[in-house]
Amino acid sequence: MSVGLPLDQIAIQTVNGIVNGMILALVASGLTLIFGIMDVVNFAHGDLVMLGGFSGATALAVTGSFWIALLVAVITIALLGAALQASTLRPLLGRDPLTTILATFGMSLVLQKYAIWQWGPSARNLTAPITGQFSLFYLQYPWYRVATAALAAAIIGGLYAFLKYGRYGIWIRATTQDRLMAQAMGIPVPVVHTVVFAIGAGMAAASGVLFGPLGGVTQTMGADFTLRAFIVVVVGGMGNLGGSILASMFISLLEAYASLVVSPAQAVIVSFVALIVTLLFRPTGLFVPTPK
Amino acid sequence: MSRRSTGYWIVFAAIVAALAVAPLVLPPFWQRFVTEILVWGLLAMSSDILIGYTGMVSFGHSAFFGMGMYGAAAALLSVKPPNLWLALLFGLSAAALVAVFVAFFATRLRDIYFAITTLVFSQIFYVIIFTWTEVTGGENGLFFSQPALSIPGIFSMRFSTETLHWFILGVVTCSYLLLRRITQSPFGKVLQAIRENEPRTRAIGYHVERYKMVAVMLSGLFAGAAGVLYAIQNKFAAPDFVFFLISGETVIFNVMGGAGTLVGPVAGAAFFLLLREGVSRFFTEYYLIPVGIIFMLMVIFLPQGLLGFLRRRLNE
Repeated sequence: MSVGLPLDQIAIQTVNGIVNGMILALVASGLTLIFGIMDVVNFAHGDLVMLGGFSGATALAVTGSFWIALLVAVITIALLGAALQASTLRPLLGRDPLTTILATFGMSLVLQKYAIWQWGPSARNLTAPITGQFSLFYLQYPWYRVATAALAAAIIGGLYAFLKYGRYGIWIRATTQDRLMAQAMGIPVPVVHTVVFAIGAGMAAASGVLFGPLGGVTQTMGADFTLRAFIVVVVGGMGNLGGSILASMFISLLEAYASLVVSPAQAVIVSFVALIVTLLFRPTGLFVPTPK
Repeated sequence: MSRRSTGYWIVFAAIVAALAVAPLVLPPFWQRFVTEILVWGLLAMSSDILIGYTGMVSFGHSAFFGMGMYGAAAALLSVKPPNLWLALLFGLSAAALVAVFVAFFATRLRDIYFAITTLVFSQIFYVIIFTWTEVTGGENGLFFSQPALSIPGIFSMRFSTETLHWFILGVVTCSYLLLRRITQSPFGKVLQAIRENEPRTRAIGYHVERYKMVAVMLSGLFAGAAGVLYAIQNKFAAPDFVFFLISGETVIFNVMGGAGTLVGPVAGAAFFLLLREGVSRFFTEYYLIPVGIIFMLMVIFLPQGLLGFLRRRLNE
């Protein structure tokens, strides 16, 4: 990287932070949706991101179209998510949320090893569907990154609108608010749970495919995404969709700025510190109006 | 002494005796295997204080275990000739230091938040150890020579497979007796009260946070001891052992064996290691696929773990 004024670098890191933040928000909003509705802490969420990336890479190799690959990956992983939820998490409904961490931790181990078994240990690189660049100070900045952020924002916006106005979205919100009452009103709660898990998994898969051209898809990326999504969800407040999105941006920007000073591997520590500070002063999350 | 507790001590003595004889009769591979079960068993027992007795699931025990390893490494590398007791002291101090830090922050939180926070803390230490190459050796870790088994001024001898096993058995047995005493003490009863009903325990007038902090520190100390033993047995310290996968395995030991019984987690560790050994002959490096599925099934169908299941069957 050529040496420029810090201002250029800060501007570039701001754009980087926003792009990474949107992808992270896509992962975290699925995680927080799943937690909010069924008290499931999904340890395997990052592995769904990883599997999404890999199935996207396979679909891209077969069809040659990035957008078809994105769609295929989302549908595949959403179906996988529904199957996992129905087989593993449904029997745990009503038990301590801690047992769901254990079950999904087991799931994470299985999915991660399955990915190595199915796709081998090497990383996959997806080719970006948009190759144009624009100049941002001294850099040629790829349009694809901006498009990624926009698409992630569109998906999250779509989810929000669906939850707010859609008939089934209202079912989901009703189940979040009061599971028993929702059931009494005739909402098929078990189906809602499965569908929500599928939506979350699909969103994770979408972020995996979108992230593919930026960072490549590796078998170990799952743990990394899970951890970052956990941090974001705690900082934003568990089960709080808006909070998670804001926290994703906040954490990603922090890490982007930190990487100006230290190596990216160490920049992670900044988000750890952000989490600790949040837990100390606002244990229920930065963006929850009234702590419980 | 009641009949029940006499029976307990007879079984206890029989198991310790069997473990003591094990290295004399087993082939070399299984000698090592039994020693390793003891080390992982100690780690599992240490986390049982939190998981089983206080009801706090820690996903960060790898930090304590790893600090025990690196603390021992620091003592063994900096002092010549390497001293066993200094390694133990350094390892325990390092683990205790980290435990104080984690306890201070994490005990403010409950349930899943506690689990996530401990996980993040262990990752902080992982990142520091992984990136601070000058001191910790980074990705490669640290290698050192095994200290001699010695009592200063009296005798000193090199560890053989058998004496190492007996040394580790001694430490683990002492730790078990200590932990058992702790869980049966009034302090231990308060921890169990916290598990059963935290608001009520607080209402009675116990300072719940303080009890939780001490529980985390104690747990971290014993986990550090396990780390020291592992470092002495294997003569290296590596960042892999600070990674949260080890914490996850510790939780698996507890769930498989039955949390809240102290012996259960050791049995869980033995079961897990045997399962891994057996399964990896057929599935090679993919052994985690069947092991993970078995674990998920146990979470769903055997929430009390193997020991809880057996106990219920025996009582029926």
